[in-house]
Amino acid sequence: MSEQNRLGVFKTYKLYVGGKFPRSESGRVYEVTDSKGAWLANVPQSSRKDARDAVVAARKAFGGWSGATAYNRGQVLYRVAEMLEGRKEQFAREVAASEGLSKSKAAAVVDAAIDRWVWYAGWTDKIGQISGGANPVAGPFFNLSTPEPTGVVAVLAPQKSSLLGLVSVIAPVIATGNTAVVIASADAPLPALSLGEVLATSDVPGGVVNILSGATAELAAPLAAHQDVNAIDLTGAGAELAKELEIAAADNLKRVLRPLPAEADGPDPSTDWLAAPGTHRLTAFLETKTVWHPTGALGASGSSY
Amino acid sequence: MASAFEYAPAPESRSVVDIAPSYGLFIDGEFTEAADGKVFKTVSPSTEEVLSEVAQAGAADVDRAVKAARKAFEKWSALPGSERAKYLFRIARIIQERSRELAVLETLDNGKPIKETRDADLPLVAAHFFYYAGWADKLDHAGYGANPRPLGVAGQVIPWNFPLLMLAWKIAPALATGNTVVLKPAETTPLSALFFADICRQAGLPKGVVNILTGYGDAGEALVTHSDVNKVAFTGSTAVGKAIARSVAGTDKKVTLELGGKGANIVFDDAPIDQAVEGIVTGIFFNQGQVCCAGSRLLVQESVQDEVLDALKRRLSTLRLGDPLDKNTDIGAINSAEQLARITTLVETGEAEGAERWSAPCELPSSGYWFAPTLFTNVTQAHTVARDEIFGPVLSVLSFRTPDEAVAKANNSQYGLSAGIWTEKGSRILAVANKLRAGVVWANTFNKFDPTSPFGGYKESGYGREGGRHGLEAYLDV
Repeated sequence: MSEQNRLGVFKTYKLYVGGKFPRSESGRVYEVTDSKGAWLANVPQSSRKDARDAVVAARKAFGGWSGATAYNRGQVLYRVAEMLEGRKEQFAREVAASEGLSKSKAAAVVDAAIDRWVWYAGWTDKIGQISGGANPVAGPFFNLSTPEPTGVVAVLAPQKSSLLGLVSVIAPVIATGNTAVVIASADAPLPALSLGEVLATSDVPGGVVNILSGATAELAAPLAAHQDVNAIDLTGAGAELAKELEIAAADNLKRVLRPLPAEADGPDPSTDWLAAPGTHRLTAFLETKTVWHPTGALGASGSSY
Repeated sequence: MASAFEYAPAPESRSVVDIAPSYGLFIDGEFTEAADGKVFKTVSPSTEEVLSEVAQAGAADVDRAVKAARKAFEKWSALPGSERAKYLFRIARIIQERSRELAVLETLDNGKPIKETRDADLPLVAAHFFYYAGWADKLDHAGYGANPRPLGVAGQVIPWNFPLLMLAWKIAPALATGNTVVLKPAETTPLSALFFADICRQAGLPKGVVNILTGYGDAGEALVTHSDVNKVAFTGSTAVGKAIARSVAGTDKKVTLELGGKGANIVFDDAPIDQAVEGIVTGIFFNQGQVCCAGSRLLVQESVQDEVLDALKRRLSTLRLGDPLDKNTDIGAINSAEQLARITTLVETGEAEGAERWSAPCELPSSGYWFAPTLFTNVTQAHTVARDEIFGPVLSVLSFRTPDEAVAKANNSQYGLSAGIWTEKGSRILAVANKLRAGVVWANTFNKFDPTSPFGGYKESGYGREGGRHGLEAYLDV
C-alpha cells in the first residue's frame, strides 16, 4: 500500500493525572482546531471533579517528591529533556499547528523548551544554597535557613505559548519539590497533553505533574478555592479572572504568582518566553524554614555543651 | 504552694519617661491633629490608668500621610545607599541611648514585664536598625541582581504585642531599601511609635520618609487599600490578613503577612526535662503568651508526660505575676480588656468541651487586666484550645508515642509559624525539623529572635519573611 493511501492513526488525547491517562470523568470533550480553524482533535473538557482528583493525586505525590534528594530531582528533570529531545518532530508539529508558527520557528521553540528543562534540572541542587544559608545571629546558636517547597501548586499555563510557556511554568514549580496541577492552554492544549506522555516516561513519579485540558475559568475556580492547594500561578489568566482567583485564593492564604502584564503573553509569545527565565519562578513557590539550635560554649570553668 | 522566697518590690523608675498628655499624628515631619479632630485614650493595662490621649487617624489623614510619603520617596530613594545607611545607624544609636526610657514606656503602654522590654524588645529593636542600616549600600550584593529598586510607599500595620519591635521589623528594611513608609501602630499601644517619630526627628531624617498614624482598624484598612501604596506589610490576625489578601487582588501591590500560629512544642522522652520545662515556660508564657509564634501546644511523649507536667506545674507556681515595672516580675498584664475577654472565652470553651484546666495559684491584682498562667490537659486535637490561637498564657497539652505521631499532630493545624523540639538525639532533631511545616523551628531552645534570622510562616500563618537577607525581598521590586 502506498503511503498516500494509508489512513493515519489519530491519537486520543487524554488527561494526565496521578501518572495515568484518564478521560474526563464528565465524559465531555471539546474540539481543538489549528490556527486556521481546521480540526485537530477532540480533547477532554475537564470538570471540577477532575480538578479535585488532580489535587488529591498531587498531594499524594508531594511527600515522596519533596523528600527526594535534589540531585535525584535534577536527574529526573534532565530525563524529561532527554525524552522530549527524542520526540522533537512530534512536538514541533503540534506547536506549529497550535500556534500557527512556521516549521522552523516551531522547531526553535521546541528546542528552547528542551533547554528549559535542562536549565531547571541544574537548579534543583543549587537553589538551596542561593536562597538559604547560615545566619550569624548574636548569640551561641547554630541558625540555618533552608528553602522548602510550599506544597501543591495550581498552575494556569500561558494561553498562547503552548509548549515553551507551559514548560517554563511547570519546570520551576517541580524543580524545588512542589507538585503541580496544571491547566493547559484552553485553545492550544495538544502540546500539554502530549507532554504528559513525556513525563510519564521520564521517571517523574505519578502525581507530581497533573495536566488538565478544558475551560480555564471553570477549572481554575475550584483550584483557587481548594483548601489543600498551597499556591497558584495565575500566568494563564486574564486580568479579570486573575483578580477573582486571587480573592478566592486568599481564603487559605495561597501563595499567588500574579500574571505577567498582557504584552508578555502577547502576539509573539515565543519571543518573550525565549528570554532568560531567572529564578523568580523558583522562589515564588518556596518557603523558608529557619532552624535554631544552641551551640554551647567552651569555657575555662568547663564546657556547657 | 508557699513561695520559697519573699521579694521586696523592685520597681523600675517611671521618671525616665515623660509622656505628654496628648499626641498628634506624625505626618511629613510634623505632629498634627486628625483632620476630623478625633482622639482616643491609651491606658496602662496593668492599672487602667490613662497614659495619654492620641489623635485618631481617618481616611483623610491616611491620604495626607501617603502623599507626604510619596513626595519624600523621590529624594529618599535617590540618596546613595551609604547616606541612607547613616540615617539608620543614627536611629539605631539613638534607640540604644534612649533604650531605658523606651523600655519603661513600652511596659507602661503594653503591660509586659520590664525585664522583657529591657532585655529583649529594646536590644532587638536597636539591633534590627543596625543590621538593616548596613544593607542600605550593599543591595547589589543581596542576590536580587544589580541595583534592585525600591517599591515606593509602604503601608505598614503592626500589632500591640511587640509594638516597637514590630515597628523596627517593618521600618528598618523599608528605609534601607529606599522606600518611604506610613505606619499604623495598634490602637492599644500607640506611644512607642510616637516616641520613635521623635527619634526620627533627632536623627534628622528627611520629612515624610516616616509617617506614623495612630488609630483603629478603619485607618489600617484605608492605608492598605490606598491606591498610591505600593507595598503592604501586616502583622496581626489571620482573619485580617485574609481580608488584606483579598483587598490587594488585582493590584500590583506587594504584600507580606505575618499572622497567627499554634506552635507545637515537642518534648521527647530523652530530653533534659528541666531545660525542656524552662523552654515550655518561655514558649508560652513569654509576653503572657501574646506571641504569634508561641509554643501554645505542648506535645509530650507519653512516657515522660507525668514527670514533665509535675515539673511544669511546680515551675509555674513560682512565676511572679504582677506590676510589670517590677524587675522581678515574670508575668505582666494582658494588653487590653478585649484581649482578656477573648482569652477568658476560649478558656471557658476549653472547659466546656471537657479539657481539664489547671491555673497557677497566684493572686491577681485588683485593677488592670490579668490572667493566671494556665494549662489544659486531657486535650484532643479536636478541642478548640488545641486548634484556635488563644494569644494568652494558656498551654494545651497533648501526648504522643512515636516521632511520626508527634510530627503528624504538630502539622495538624491551619497554621505553620513555629515549632519546638526537645531531645538529646541530633539525628532526631534534624529529621523532625525537616518534616515540620513551620517557618521557624527552635530545637532545645524557644522564642529566640535575631535581625539576621528570617522569620515568617507556612500555610495560614502568612507569607514573606522578615529579617535577614530574605527580609529585603519584601521591599524590593524583584
